Amino acid sequence: MDIKAYIALSLTLFTIGIIGVLVRRNAIIIFMCVELMLNAVNLLLVGFSKMHALSPIAKASLTYASDAQIFVFFIMVVAAAEVSVGLAIIVMMYRNVHTVDVNFLNRLKN
Amino acid sequence: MNAIILSAVWGVVMMFCGVFIKSKSLPKYIAVAGLSIIIIVNIIELISGNSCFHFQTNDMIRTNSFNLLFITIALGCTLIYFLLSGSEIEKVGPHVGEYFALIFFVLCGVAIAATFNTLLMLFIGIEIISIPLYILTGSDKRNLKSNEAALKYFLMGAFSTGILLMGIAFIYGGNPNASFYIDKIQIGMGEMPVMIAVGLLFILVAMSFKVSAAPFHFWTPDVYDGAPTVFTSFMSTIVKVAGFFAFIRLFEYSFGVIQDQWQRLIVVITIATLLIGNITAVFQQSVKRMMAYSSIAQAGFMLLALFALNDKAKEGILLYSAAYSLATIGFFGILTKMEDYTIDGFNGLAKEQPLLGFAATIFLLSLTGIPLTAGFQSKFFMLMAAVQNGHQFWLVIAAVLFAAISAYYYFRVIQAIYFKEATQPVTQANSVTTPFKIMLVVIVALILIIGIYPEIIIGWMYR
Repeated sequence: MDIKAYIALSLTLFTIGIIGVLVRRNAIIIFMCVELMLNAVNLLLVGFSKMHALSPIAKASLTYASDAQIFVFFIMVVAAAEVSVGLAIIVMMYRNVHTVDVNFLNRLKN
Repeated sequence: MNAIILSAVWGVVMMFCGVFIKSKSLPKYIAVAGLSIIIIVNIIELISGNSCFHFQTNDMIRTNSFNLLFITIALGCTLIYFLLSGSEIEKVGPHVGEYFALIFFVLCGVAIAATFNTLLMLFIGIEIISIPLYILTGSDKRNLKSNEAALKYFLMGAFSTGILLMGIAFIYGGNPNASFYIDKIQIGMGEMPVMIAVGLLFILVAMSFKVSAAPFHFWTPDVYDGAPTVFTSFMSTIVKVAGFFAFIRLFEYSFGVIQDQWQRLIVVITIATLLIGNITAVFQQSVKRMMAYSSIAQAGFMLLALFALNDKAKEGILLYSAAYSLATIGFFGILTKMEDYTIDGFNGLAKEQPLLGFAATIFLLSLTGIPLTAGFQSKFFMLMAAVQNGHQFWLVIAAVLFAAISAYYYFRVIQAIYFKEATQPVTQANSVTTPFKIMLVVIVALILIIGIYPEIIIGWMYR
């Protein structure tokens, strides 16, 4: 399949993620939208990796353009670490105010 | 290489301290000892060029005297921070060992972000810096402001990470070499490929988020205000300059050849950052919030190095990291001892604690950029770098004017310290100890020495 299709799909997912972060008020949903953004990047990286694998420069190289696929694993690991910290922060907030609505976050604005 | 591995290892050691050591004051001494070892080993690496560790990294991490010197400065400032504010860290909560462990992990990230040679390492370095900071921001668990700051910082940080990754993916896609190495990004002659241009823009936005440059600064005041004051001091200094260092390293090696194409964008960001930081700081009543805006304003000055990207800019960013970190750490150290964080809370500080009043004055003068202080030299180097660059001379004039505006809000605090009468106790009386005062004197001395002989820092670059 043409690489443009992958770019379009991944940019669509990425945009959905960005719009979700900007529009939604529930901390968990915002968080899921961030994860969606990261996964859009994963998809794009794999797509580019496959695209580059067909080019002559990549064929000559040692790694055979697989760097991006390894990068995807790093993104997954970092995202997992971020989830563990992020959910802990959300739980901590829920214990204090009994809501995960980010509209409650206005105590610092004076 | 030494700093990366040893600080990660010492972070683990500190975590074990948190489990097995019940004493509250002991972790501080272990942390100081560990950090001293790391600094010594790092200086040996800087002088001799030999690392204790030899790993096959495929050139993903590249050290030279420039970034080793930066790591030394960052570690040195952290050591001063531990010695000055270590006892405040103990007051934040029961998990003292873990707080120190998280700071060591941040230092590991700082070392990676300073030495990266591929976009993969850049991403990992920035994430290792960010994730422990989310925890430190929210470490005051019962305080709603701290919770709010942590959640805001986390959501904004994760969002900007997503943007950074998208930029990296596009750079990879547009790079015919199919490589993440920053010196192998082939941009081509004439027209820039669309994918590289898009990736460059995404990365620029994400890095501006991380260093809180306008118009991506809006999380900064809330987060710096809500976080426990000791940790604000750490994240507004060492972490911020590390972000700048990574920013400059990336744009120098991978996009340096097309500088005139993104330079105009940087000019807009610089002016906006200086404007918003300085003007908003004028209206703040809380000193802690004022320092948050002042850190945005100082970021504007550091952006001049990114604008110029020449040898003077490299010297300037090293000086600026040292000068800005020392003055801000010192000032936050005094701020944690105050009863009241508003400007009126500083009334009559010089009468009650003459030494604290004097030290605070020196720190504020250094942040303003008055001659004989380190702040003056660093601002001077930045402006000189921008002049040498030769484009957009008006930017230099604008930067000087904004520095003059910054004098207003810094001097307002000095005025409160010296020329106003106190109505209530100014400082928490028994928390101002002799070691604290000695450390303040040391920081003041360092600021003055660097202000007179900046060569003692930048001379190391050319060994």
